Amino acid sequence: MATTDVYPGAATSEGAQELAARDGSTAAELLRESGSVLRLSEAAVAALSEQAVPEDETMIINMGPQHPSTHGVLRLMLELEGETVLRTKPIVGYLHTGMEKTGEDLTYLQGPTNVTRMDYAAPLFNELVFSLATEALLGVEVPPRATWIRMLMCELNRISSHFLFLATNGMDLGAISMILYGWRERDLVLQFFEKTSGLRMNHNYIRPGGVAADLPDGWRDDLAGILDALPARLGEYDSLMTAQPIWQGRTQGVGVITPEEALALGTTGPILRSTGTPWDLRKDMPYLAYDQVEFDVVVGSYGDVFDRYAIRLNEIRESMRIVAQILDAMPGGDYRVQDKKVTPPPRARIDESMEALIHHFKIFTEGFRVPEGEVYVAVESPRGELGCYLVSDGSAKPYRLHIRGPSFVNLQTLPHMLRGGLIADAVAIISSVDPIMGEVDR
Amino acid sequence: MSEPGAEYGVASTLSVGQVVFHPDRAGYRALVSDLRQAGYTVCLDVTAVDYLTHPGRSLPAGVLAERFEVVAILLSFERRERVRVRVQVPGADPVVASLYDLHPGSEAMEREVFDMFGITFEGHPDLTRILMPEDWEGHPLRKDYAVGRIPVQFKGAPGAR
Repeated sequence: MATTDVYPGAATSEGAQELAARDGSTAAELLRESGSVLRLSEAAVAALSEQAVPEDETMIINMGPQHPSTHGVLRLMLELEGETVLRTKPIVGYLHTGMEKTGEDLTYLQGPTNVTRMDYAAPLFNELVFSLATEALLGVEVPPRATWIRMLMCELNRISSHFLFLATNGMDLGAISMILYGWRERDLVLQFFEKTSGLRMNHNYIRPGGVAADLPDGWRDDLAGILDALPARLGEYDSLMTAQPIWQGRTQGVGVITPEEALALGTTGPILRSTGTPWDLRKDMPYLAYDQVEFDVVVGSYGDVFDRYAIRLNEIRESMRIVAQILDAMPGGDYRVQDKKVTPPPRARIDESMEALIHHFKIFTEGFRVPEGEVYVAVESPRGELGCYLVSDGSAKPYRLHIRGPSFVNLQTLPHMLRGGLIADAVAIISSVDPIMGEVDR
Repeated sequence: MSEPGAEYGVASTLSVGQVVFHPDRAGYRALVSDLRQAGYTVCLDVTAVDYLTHPGRSLPAGVLAERFEVVAILLSFERRERVRVRVQVPGADPVVASLYDLHPGSEAMEREVFDMFGITFEGHPDLTRILMPEDWEGHPLRKDYAVGRIPVQFKGAPGAR
């Protein structure tokens, strides 16, 4: 870097990553930054470029990376004319910690500890997708109880993640009480997670070969308590937000995206479903045992902020339906595969058997070798398709670990959804995308 | 099962039950375009792998292993099916066609691959770094990129890479 001042950080600039002034941009750049997604006819392009905006009437401002409504360290450069957003450029990378590189240096058993920190609002899904990919390469099949425990924990995690969304979405739009209500309900689920896995977040609970521990004693009562408590509270949300004219006014018709645009941008999850496209991997490409439970895919019809809010609210109800069915159908048996290659010996055996101790030591220091190959596995996380592309060279560590974070892809819809809206609506729209920056930057 | 790649004229394999196409660099964009016509309308992901330290991977006959591999994952709603396209990119000339025209959503993903591997996408509208700072040197996910390590003062400990 040429300019090194007294404080090197002061000279840091994202340079070409930033949004350039209007007179320094080509027509194609302007089009892209104003969020044009689908191919336009030449006449439409010409008409757009003729809409000359005087340079001195617009200004480029930064929103973030420390803005409270950007949910972490998302930085948006917005070109404004008055209060209207003309162009947007999301700038990400402030939370990049090289987790994919780190993953190449950790064994397959250590892997979930790493990936669980990516989407920190839905950590179990990261562990699940990594474990499914590893198991696909290993060719092991986990016992039914492990599958159902995974499904149970993931649906609970979907509930807690959506409560986090409802809390922050409400707060962003001025329903300040929602942050307390959302946190209160989320905590019910987190307490169950703590009882089961020992941690409220970043559990390292789902591991290749099964789960780390069986469900705790009294888990049925705990879950029954949660299922009893939630419906009334969701009803409170309905009267506080869904049916409230101010809420509707702030969200309906704001940040609209059409199904074609959403598909062109590779969007998945609630944003895609809000456009009326009923695409849910749990239903369309079932994994775990989702083909054995009944639930509905919630879709919207207008593709606006309100639809995305309503979808997540109702997905909580659908997840509760699934949890209730899992309570009835939970099979007995082992919670992890009894394959000596991937499964450490039971804790009690270590005290009495030298072989078990050696076995335990070798599994946790050397790990297990995974056959050469590559695989892509995806699950439906609360934010969309969470994929894991795993390449093994036959050693005990992944040769390449890539996580397809849904938030990373979904952020690309922002320039499109923000264009022509007010800066106050920008807050609502960012919130409705529900980006988790840990997953964006990895 | 007949070879799925036959109708597109490229080599294909099955990897853990998933269809993988192996086009050459010249035919990469055309194949993705053909697949798009055939219903694979969503580009889920574009990523890359640096095979510098693992050259002996298995590839179908006729596909020459190169240092980099760009991997695109496409989805068809109608068939409820994903396919993967793996294209070999030589380390001496890391350039490959961009999919931006076909799938606008691949913009950020290709920027990430450029940032992490230094692979250039021809026709990409805004090929700048996305995760690393603008003035960063090197491409972190390459296998010859040094990882920071605290030296351990023991006999025979592996040195810094």
